[in-house]
Amino acid sequence: MSYKEIEEVDVILLWGSNAREAHPIFFHHLMSGLDNGARMYAVDPRRTSSATFADVWLGLNLGSDIAMSNTVAREIIHQGLVNQNFIDHSTTGFDTYAESVEPFTLEVGAELTGVPAEAIAEMARAYATADKAQILWTLGITEHHNGVDNVFALCNLALLTGHVGRWGSGLVPLRGQNNVQGGGDMGALPNKFPGFQNITDPAAQAKFRTAYGVDLPDEDGLHLTLMFEAMDRGEITSAYVIGENPADSEADIEFARATLRGLDTLVVQDIFMTRTAELADVVLPASVGWVESDGTVTSSERRVQRVRAAVSPPGEAKHDQDIIGELARRLGYDWGRPDSIELWDELRSLSPLHAGMSYQRLDAKGLQWPCPSLEHPGTPFLHSWLWDDDLGGHPPAPFTVVEAAGPKEELSVEFPMRLTTGRALDSFNTGVQSGGFDSPIRYGDALDINPADAASLDLLDGERVLVSSARGSVEMPIRFQPEIPRGLTFTTFHFPEFVDINVLTSDAWDKKSGTAEFKAASIRIDKIEAPAAENHSEVDHHG
Amino acid sequence: MSKESIVTVSIDGKMVSVAAGATLLDACRQAGVDTPTLCYADNLTAANACRVCVVEVEGSRTLVPSCSRSAEDAMVVQTDSERVRHSRKMVLEFLGSGVDLSQADDLAGWIDYYGSEPDRYGPDRAMIKEEVRIQDSLYIRDYDKCVLCYKCVSACGEDAQHSFAIAVAGRGFDARIRTEFDVRLPDSACVYCGNCVAVCPTNALQFKTEFDLRKMGEWKPTEQAVTRTVCSYCGVGCNLEVHVQDDTIVKVTSPDDHDVTSGHLCIKGRFGWSYVQPGQSAAEEGD
Repeated sequence: MSYKEIEEVDVILLWGSNAREAHPIFFHHLMSGLDNGARMYAVDPRRTSSATFADVWLGLNLGSDIAMSNTVAREIIHQGLVNQNFIDHSTTGFDTYAESVEPFTLEVGAELTGVPAEAIAEMARAYATADKAQILWTLGITEHHNGVDNVFALCNLALLTGHVGRWGSGLVPLRGQNNVQGGGDMGALPNKFPGFQNITDPAAQAKFRTAYGVDLPDEDGLHLTLMFEAMDRGEITSAYVIGENPADSEADIEFARATLRGLDTLVVQDIFMTRTAELADVVLPASVGWVESDGTVTSSERRVQRVRAAVSPPGEAKHDQDIIGELARRLGYDWGRPDSIELWDELRSLSPLHAGMSYQRLDAKGLQWPCPSLEHPGTPFLHSWLWDDDLGGHPPAPFTVVEAAGPKEELSVEFPMRLTTGRALDSFNTGVQSGGFDSPIRYGDALDINPADAASLDLLDGERVLVSSARGSVEMPIRFQPEIPRGLTFTTFHFPEFVDINVLTSDAWDKKSGTAEFKAASIRIDKIEAPAAENHSEVDHHG
Repeated sequence: MSKESIVTVSIDGKMVSVAAGATLLDACRQAGVDTPTLCYADNLTAANACRVCVVEVEGSRTLVPSCSRSAEDAMVVQTDSERVRHSRKMVLEFLGSGVDLSQADDLAGWIDYYGSEPDRYGPDRAMIKEEVRIQDSLYIRDYDKCVLCYKCVSACGEDAQHSFAIAVAGRGFDARIRTEFDVRLPDSACVYCGNCVAVCPTNALQFKTEFDLRKMGEWKPTEQAVTRTVCSYCGVGCNLEVHVQDDTIVKVTSPDDHDVTSGHLCIKGRFGWSYVQPGQSAAEEGD
């Protein structure tokens, strides 16, 4: 998709995304769409600042996304609003899928999601009958133990209605980091070479072996979650961490830290002395990618854009590419000192998606891949082949039957409340970058709680409490948040130096994606009994 | 393009063709005629507030604001007639008599060109005299420089941010851009995107880094290099213009003509760069 598309859309399903705070400038495009008359449904357990812009907020129970989408699907089918021509021409597996969602009547859906049946029915009708409709999501969908199934569930809705592969209609996962897409583009995935070419594909194997002049592994590697498990088993004994802070960012953080401490060798290359760097045997100081080095990043709309050095790196900090090149030289491979253009041109020679993107062409506005030749204008949206007579040679798109499983960790007498985590507008991830400026709107490390829940626990706004999950406990203040549903709590993960929130988060993870269930843990909140004298004023206040 | 979608107008005797719906300002630009603007910006809806861009249209009783008047076929437009020159001169003179235009860089040349003399109204003329409002370390508000052009209001509201944290309050000479009930900025609906600062034509809204450097006499625009790069935060890919003086970042903006941002940023992109130079920024060295 391209951001511009949402300015022309009729119906928006914003599902598990708080783009107003996490993708603020994309949200400008979305608001233009609303100004142009689009209707928006926000599906989120929290009434986020994004949801306040919606026509309808569907505040579903945490982790009931598949129950919701299956109910929407059944309603679309029963109201006769499916795009039958599209289903017949471009998809497979409809009958099995339709059978699988049949139990999800509006009544069942309302029961499972906690959302009124009328609201679900309205969203189903609006989505199915729109000329152009988009479903947008972020980590509210993917950071679950069944995140991949959640994504399939949303794809099913698009296949049901034909809202995919056309300008204005599509499935839009918003990327959370400035180059998370580019990392994938460049093959920083356990199963891909650059340009998303499969490691197990013999032709790709041969191409990269020839280009690099060395033997390459021919089976898939490990993603981050599996790496930690392999470290724990002693199968991985050394790690080289570049620009990542897993000692703060991993779910079930005590396990991650113990695992990193147990390594024989840990090398960290970063611009900061992060908590991970503090655990390292060797720290390689790096320059700041976006403003001290030249190169490219790829955005959420698959647009490759240039980053350019504007200031010099401090002290002994070196460019990532020079550090890696120097390491290689000491390991016996002298690559010389290729500059960013030479490295990029090598990538272009190996990745057909990027072949047409010369630095010169990227200079002004960047280009969206696939861009296979110098004449190619780039690709504003994907999957248009679904509408071609011959499907462009692709097999039809399959419906995927998914199980409506809730969060791995159920509520219990011991841990009766839900914790979900996310971003705040002025901060970013573990705060190593965003902590550097003095934001007037930063409220910090508070746990948002419904005032009625707080009252039932005899807690005051701002009071420090003990929050515990099955994995550990942290102390933090609470913040009254009337908009958050009862039974749910929320906090950001931006202040690990003050509140080690990932001590609490769930160790469950999705076996298909490797992503942990950051979005759903079961917790308990306990009052911290302060010494009588100090507690005096509070007691008075209570009275 | 079909014939109906093109209109042809005469600008100072030169015939130019523009798309239907284009403004006279667009036509002037196409004719290569430079036009002063103050409340107009390419990335905002025209506010029609300042009248400095007026032109003379044959058959029109009054001068018309070129930023908002649609070009119509066969219009005959004068941009440098005596009437236009006089009007522009007076607009600039009146504005300059009440507020401090010393940092309105784009206007300085026009004030000279039209011979505006704000000082001729004497030292006792009414001037806005307010303390500079410094309520956080990101940007300041200097009302002495505010001409009420509405750009900040549009950028905060429906043209970009949709926060609606500021509006014009009060009447006549007492009209000011205010937060709700004039509360302090950190207590208002402001989310510190800084888009108001970016569109301000007179430096009434100013990044704190620039304000501090100016106070120290260290603000040197002619020695600043501007480099275009991409923001380091979320995955939207906003392009940033990094303004660098003495190998130090002093300001971050975004190009108006960039498809992703249209010149608008969020708090992280606009202000979240200090980690690159810890302890170096003017804001930290200042008071």
